[in-house]
Amino acid sequence: MKVLVPVKRVIDYNVKVRVKADGSGVDLANVKMSMNPFDEIAVEEAIRLKEEGVASEVVAVSIGVKQAQETLRTALAMGADRAILIVAADDVHTDIEPLAVAKLLAAVVKEEEPGLVLAGKQAIDNDMNATGQMLSALLGWSQATFASEVTIEGDHALVTREVDGGLQTIKAKMPCIVTVDLRLNEPRYASLPNIMKAKKKPLDEKTPDDYGVDVSPRLSIVKTAEPPTRKAGVKVGSVDELITKLKDEAGVI
Amino acid sequence: MVYPLFLDDEHEMLRDQIRRFVAEKVHPAADQWEKDGCVPREILREMGELGFLGIRYPEEYGGSAMDTRATVVLAEELGRSTYAGFAITALVHTDMASVHLFNAGSPEQRAAHMADVVAGRKIVAVAVTEPDAGSDVKGIRTTARREGGDFVLNGSKMFITNGVHADLYCVAVKTETGGPASRSVSMILVEKDTPGLSVARVLDKTGWRSSDTAELSFQDCRVPAENLLGAEGQGFYAIMRNFQNERIVLAAMTMGEAQAALDLTLDYVKTRAAFGAPLWSKQAIRQRLAMLSARVAAARAFVYATAARDAAGEEVVKEVSMLKALCGELVNEVMYDCVQFHGGTGYMRGTTIERMARDARVQSIGGGATEVMLEEVAKRL
Ligand SMILES: Cc1cc2nc3c(=O)[nH]c(=O)nc-3n(C[C@H](O)[C@H](O)[C@H](O)COP(=O)(O)OP(=O)(O)OC[C@H]3O[C@@H](n4cnc5c(N)ncnc54)[C@H](O)[C@@H]3O)c2cc1C
Ligand SMILES: Cc1cc2nc3c(=O)[nH]c(=O)nc-3n(C[C@H](O)[C@H](O)[C@H](O)COP(=O)(O)OP(=O)(O)OC[C@H]3O[C@@H](n4cnc5c(N)ncnc54)[C@H](O)[C@@H]3O)c2cc1C
Repeated sequence: MKVLVPVKRVIDYNVKVRVKADGSGVDLANVKMSMNPFDEIAVEEAIRLKEEGVASEVVAVSIGVKQAQETLRTALAMGADRAILIVAADDVHTDIEPLAVAKLLAAVVKEEEPGLVLAGKQAIDNDMNATGQMLSALLGWSQATFASEVTIEGDHALVTREVDGGLQTIKAKMPCIVTVDLRLNEPRYASLPNIMKAKKKPLDEKTPDDYGVDVSPRLSIVKTAEPPTRKAGVKVGSVDELITKLKDEAGVI
Repeated sequence: MVYPLFLDDEHEMLRDQIRRFVAEKVHPAADQWEKDGCVPREILREMGELGFLGIRYPEEYGGSAMDTRATVVLAEELGRSTYAGFAITALVHTDMASVHLFNAGSPEQRAAHMADVVAGRKIVAVAVTEPDAGSDVKGIRTTARREGGDFVLNGSKMFITNGVHADLYCVAVKTETGGPASRSVSMILVEKDTPGLSVARVLDKTGWRSSDTAELSFQDCRVPAENLLGAEGQGFYAIMRNFQNERIVLAAMTMGEAQAALDLTLDYVKTRAAFGAPLWSKQAIRQRLAMLSARVAAARAFVYATAARDAAGEEVVKEVSMLKALCGELVNEVMYDCVQFHGGTGYMRGTTIERMARDARVQSIGGGATEVMLEEVAKRL
């Protein structure tokens, strides 16, 4: 079974985000970018399936600017076998919307015929949480979202999902789409020898035209604003003082 | 952030992995290492598994056959950890000690040890300095006398990093070759537990507290003549060559330290309020931090440019000497101001900046003191 893993290049979670002066979005020029952390978890899960002999090949695919090549190299260094880059934008500030990404992924799925798509539940830049679900609708495949455990049993996937207040285990018919949550696994490090080996693994470059998909935006961003800055705090000298302040000044107890 | 002028994707990927390792494995544990006076072997082995200890060595030993630029990324990121004692433990092993074994070692010597060195199973120290000879390498007095098929070592070595816990020691000695002092220095490999080799003292230092440092004693310490590294009498030249790498690495490490100190001081002055506003609102403070940031950025660019030239095979002795002098002093200036802007907090044990300031002090002394480096620069002006 082949596993397809979509990976997105996003602003690194350590970066202190700055909104562009014109409010059109977040400033990404000269900012450190990394693989979306949920996608890293998806890559890790795919590689584990391969190591267990359940998967035969892991293909990583990224849609975005040319620099997403680095993100794919990371997936290859972790252990993916090959990669597909669909260059769909020139400007690092252009975000391809979930529906366009899902259409492109659907086209890649038709070509590659994987038995499983493992995707992150959402990207940490826009928090859309939509691509996996849209892909499932476009393909007519079953879907299991927010996975915290994945087991493949013959023609079914047993997926434990994190839902409000607990866990739910569902059985999904293969082929299917699984979107992964934070607690599924801890992604491995890419060792330096594997980083070097990844340079020799195949990375195909494509464009949306190759798949006949229109990626022009359907949404327009009205405004992007910084969260309000936190006001300076005060240091208290003792627990008693803290309690007094919480009672008298904050009025919360 | 990427440094496209000098670095490729794989360098940034390496940087990411080291940063993650530092965040996950070093930061939560290293205060304990500072108390213990050494870095646990387990950590060094984990670094070995990730390929961090074999960046430049050939693939046949598990290395990645990369060049000086990748080494500089390692050194910078380990310096950035804020635990310079941890950083130097790894960097002495990778770039100051094992280089003697690899560069001068015979195929047999390499085969016997290099895979273990790259994996972090054998940790290496280099012992050149003596109680009476530091900057003046030719002035060493430890001797190695030939006796049949052996060398017999006598003397003592001072300030040896990894000296307490190393498995392999590359030791500079004088052999009976006659001729000028520069032609009588040789390097000899001595394995841990060789009779006659002992740790005379575990040294108690101002900083680098998670790095073990020893005074070593050699008393009729007998090793087979095959342990000679390179040709007899060529040790001085080998040491001088390997010092070049050591100094680029130290310069990169200090700029990692300096940047980390500036970053945490920026965070501090932006949140610490005095006279009704954050300290950052005072020009006196933010202009000083701005200038220091500029100087660190310039020195860092010089480090990368020199590493790239070294990787391209250029002769960069003058630049390396400049870097060692420049960065060893700059890191101390940065620490001084960063402690200053932390106010009384910066003087308290337990704060990061206090530890970093103690750690930085040695950078203008060890591995080529500033004055000695400046003489090397002056000779070439
Ligand atoms: C923590 C630590 C770890 C170390 N680790 C190692 C190690 O692993 N292996 C190893 O072999 N050594 C190691 N060293 C030794 C280190 O390399 C020496 O301390 C350094 O070379 C300086 O030598 P010294 O201490 O003997 O000082 P000296 O050579 O006595 O110098 C004292 C002062 O005189 C100045 N000076 C010396 N010569 C001149 C000159 N010609 N012109 C002007 N000024 C001059 C120096 O700049 C310095 O300021 C370590 C040192 C320290 C502190
Ligand atoms: C070992 C030790 C012993 C001490 N003993 C005593 C004691 O016995 N009794 C006591 O009351 N206190 C004591 N102190 C406190 C000491 O007086 C304060 O640390 C000192 O006044 C600085 O205040 P701070 O630490 O809050 O730093 P901050 O006031 O936070 O200052 C931090 C930095 O900002 C700079 N800064 C502040 N304001 C400005 C400005 N307007 N413009 C430009 N720069 C500015 C400062 O120069 C400093 O570099 C002691 C401190 C130490 C370290």
